[in-house]
Amino acid sequence: MNLNLKMSLSPHIHSGNSVKKEMYGVIWALVPVWLVSIYFFGVDALRVTLISVLACLAFEWLIQKFLNKTESTLWDGSAGVTGILLAFNLPSNLPTWMIIVGAFVAIAIAKMSFGGLGQNPFNPALVARVFMLISFPVQMTSWPVPDALNFSMVDAQTGATALGIMKEGLKNGEPMSELMNHIPETFDMLLGRMGGSMGEVSALALILGGLFMWWRKIITWHIPVSIIATIALFTGILHALNPGQYATPSFHILAGGALLGAIFMATDMVTSPMSKKGMLVFGIGIGLITVIIRVFGAYPEGISFAILIMNAFVPLINKYLKPNRFGKEVKNG
Amino acid sequence: MSSFATHTLKTFSIGGIHPPENKWSAGQKIVTLPIPKQVSIPVIQHIGAPSKVLVNKGDVVKVGQLLAESSGFVSANVHASVSGKVSKIESAFDSSGYKRISVIIDVQGDEWLENIDLTDNLISNITLESAEIVKKINEMGIVGLGGATFPTHVKLSIPENKKAEYLIINAVECEPYLTSDHQLMMEKSDQIIVGTRILMKALKVNKAIIGIENNKPDAIELFSQKLSGPSDIEVVALKVQYPQGGEKQLIKSVLNREVPSGKLPIDVGCVVQNVGTAFAVYEAIQKNKPLIERVVCVSGHDLKNPSNFMVRMGTPVETLIEATGGVPEGTNLIINGGPMMGKSISRLDVPVTKGTSGILMFKQTVSNHNQYQACIRCAKCVSVCPMGLEPYYLMSLAQKNRFDEMEAAYPTDCIECGSCSYTCPSHRPLLDFIRLGKSEVNQIIRQRNQR
Amino acid sequence: MSETIWLTIVILVAIGSISAIVLYIVAKKFYVYEDPRIDEVVNILPNANCGGCGYPGCKAFAEACTKAEDLSNLFCPPGGSDNMKNVAELLGLLAVQKEPQVAVLRCNGSNQNRKKTSRYEGVENCSIASQFFGGDTDCTYGCLGYGECVDACTFDAMYMDKDTGLPVIIENQCTACGACIKACPKDLIELRNKGKKSRRIFVSCMNEDKGAAAKKACDVACIACNMCVKACKYDAIAIVNQRAYIDFSKCVLCRACVSVCPTNAIHEINFPARKVTAEKVEEPQLEA
Repeated sequence: MNLNLKMSLSPHIHSGNSVKKEMYGVIWALVPVWLVSIYFFGVDALRVTLISVLACLAFEWLIQKFLNKTESTLWDGSAGVTGILLAFNLPSNLPTWMIIVGAFVAIAIAKMSFGGLGQNPFNPALVARVFMLISFPVQMTSWPVPDALNFSMVDAQTGATALGIMKEGLKNGEPMSELMNHIPETFDMLLGRMGGSMGEVSALALILGGLFMWWRKIITWHIPVSIIATIALFTGILHALNPGQYATPSFHILAGGALLGAIFMATDMVTSPMSKKGMLVFGIGIGLITVIIRVFGAYPEGISFAILIMNAFVPLINKYLKPNRFGKEVKNG
Repeated sequence: MSSFATHTLKTFSIGGIHPPENKWSAGQKIVTLPIPKQVSIPVIQHIGAPSKVLVNKGDVVKVGQLLAESSGFVSANVHASVSGKVSKIESAFDSSGYKRISVIIDVQGDEWLENIDLTDNLISNITLESAEIVKKINEMGIVGLGGATFPTHVKLSIPENKKAEYLIINAVECEPYLTSDHQLMMEKSDQIIVGTRILMKALKVNKAIIGIENNKPDAIELFSQKLSGPSDIEVVALKVQYPQGGEKQLIKSVLNREVPSGKLPIDVGCVVQNVGTAFAVYEAIQKNKPLIERVVCVSGHDLKNPSNFMVRMGTPVETLIEATGGVPEGTNLIINGGPMMGKSISRLDVPVTKGTSGILMFKQTVSNHNQYQACIRCAKCVSVCPMGLEPYYLMSLAQKNRFDEMEAAYPTDCIECGSCSYTCPSHRPLLDFIRLGKSEVNQIIRQRNQR
Repeated sequence: MSETIWLTIVILVAIGSISAIVLYIVAKKFYVYEDPRIDEVVNILPNANCGGCGYPGCKAFAEACTKAEDLSNLFCPPGGSDNMKNVAELLGLLAVQKEPQVAVLRCNGSNQNRKKTSRYEGVENCSIASQFFGGDTDCTYGCLGYGECVDACTFDAMYMDKDTGLPVIIENQCTACGACIKACPKDLIELRNKGKKSRRIFVSCMNEDKGAAAKKACDVACIACNMCVKACKYDAIAIVNQRAYIDFSKCVLCRACVSVCPTNAIHEINFPARKVTAEKVEEPQLEA
């Protein structure tokens, strides 16, 4: 009897997990954030996301088809995730052509030129964001002020982010108590009623997405928690030393892209360390650099730079911070 | 007595996975399979040196008669599992996919050696002394029945400068699908307990622990009842976690001791034996019965009657499958052993050997090994590795043939549990390459030691 | 403006000179003497860095040659005897003369000749597959066909034939460096003397099973029938481990064995076509 049996090596079963499932899991986690941004920024938010995603997919397809001549991995979701994350890092009133330029930088330069999925040292969406922040500083920093269900498409009011107000005010020597009147209430920041890029405004939706990814085991708690804890600790110390000069930890965590960065950008699998210890060091590094840039640097926001800087350290972290090997240090008892 | 359910269960600390259990043959009584017409008994059914054949073509043998003699310290005797005439001694396929020297016996009747006790009486009085027990276990050809088939007497011979404190009985059966150990525990609990005491005496230890995973509450209940009150044997319920059946993981789970890298369980005062081995030891010492039969679980997708069989060594796998209703339509993968660590077999005429804990028939629609995507560096393999290694890194080194660099990443610690390949979202064949690297690195180390 | 220019020049010249002095001192202080003949030897060698000599690269081999007092253990297979003669002349030593060799594949278990009995779904890598099983046919000695030898060849002298599933050696390009031999986990590739007019005869089978089993697994297996041994007048053929082996140093390329082989396991290469077809040989009795 010839059954023509399959010969394969153990293990013969698989968890059924796939790159596609992981990536679509991230996309699901981003849905609440997206809905909130549509609620606050209206049709424009829809426009920016769609253009960004479509442009990312198009660039990936073109490059794989005509330059690499490899099989297309268009639908594994990774380009889609990059597109959504890029959109979330942009103001909703950005001109279409700029979004396409951003998508090109993210996919063609930051991802495909290194060899595609899994090879890029830096987070593609963040590379694009930083590229655009430096190239188009005016457009990238005039944020539409969110107005619930504003579908009118008339000239929306623009303003600075909470972090921008803080930075500008402190530079002009205004006291902190004065400044606190200009920045949104903590509760508003939690919901997202403040100026900012599309994805970073609502802390609640971001945390919800993060919990979803943690539950689906797409990410572990190490990176987000260590980033946020470091920011809280560092700004807490500064605030305790001089409350007139430095804002509260809760302001620093809720304002700007700290949560978006900590939950969605820093946890990008490709560009984060492999071991738990490494993840903690990575997170602490991001937290420290973020606060340093925010408080002492020229830019009001620092988390994108912080993540990119720490991305560069990832190979080094992987080399020196190995996972705890079984039987390496013996503690018997 | 149900304290095992109320407090947090013990388990090992690093890594681990929980694949779907699918223990379909659980609760099926062990059925003694009729003796086949012909058996093929390979002379190497264990880890170590092949045994030396003692019989010739045409010899008439009885059940329990020695067929091949162990040819070194790490080697094991092989006995006839049936009575009849030796028709051939030739190299035949065994389940490894290679040909091995095998003794082929045409069955005639069922005649046993006279000194073997075939009654069901439980003999709990242990008369032999420690050294005699080890000697007899060696004679009876007993090897680890968990699947690794390491000769048992080697594990029981403790080097002079070391001392055993605990005997740990591995009743974890962490592999999905398999139920042979579970069923054996339910049906032969008294014999297993006596077997455990024999092993304790052989090791001169006064404490034994039986580790059972919590997915077998009936077995935990049964053993806890039998061993209630102050006892030399403790039953420990463990959280379900693969690969808890690995020696090092089991010691970590029950005693929280960590076997140092490159060392053996005895270095932390433990000896681990499978529950099936404990039963075989009982039969060998108290009943004079060599290791000639074992429990084999037969299970699989759409199989009519998943069963647990008591099978004579050398029975063709085909016979077992026929007894469960034949190979189901659409089966494309048959595994000897569990789905995580077993080997696939290419033909059905291969014999059941000492290491065959199960025969599984799968319908697999996706290939796990040759269509894989790029590593997305998600670190899932790192977080599930029970040895705390970096599978992604080991694989990339092995793929590039950089074996000299690989040694520093400890591929030799790998226990080949397959958790990394199981969990990889890119379906990368991590373990395949780590296995390759492991053997290459071992070769490098051997060459260096020779110099 | 002019001040800026000359200041720049002065500064650059100063930096340049200081660096040059530092470099000069360091080069003098840490100078290591290297035999100038090493580079000359390297220039003679083929510089393929194939490792066929047993040294990591041509430079290491050249170093070994200049240090050696006698070249009897040193040979560069891709370069061959002529090349070694040049090396020896340069160093004033005597070179070993070796017949030019070429790699041959000792398995003819093509898809047509060898029935598949299972199908391997795993990493297409010979080392991994052979660790795990004997192959997807009943012959556990033959070629697995995943092309590790082809990957190992640095001279593009091998390719996989898709129809047969076996690697093919392009003999004009083969330098006998031995990389494929190291790569093959089944030890199927052997270096044999190239022979007169590149003519070679060899047994293309490594099966150690008994005749009946070998024949059942593969149509062109050596069944150790002894016909070739009897046919050979020069005592060049011996049967070891149930398979015939032709000693190329004794073989005179008479082709007597080729015509008697009942399974066509003996191959002749680069011979002209036979004028008269060989007599049909009776099938030998197979051992049961």
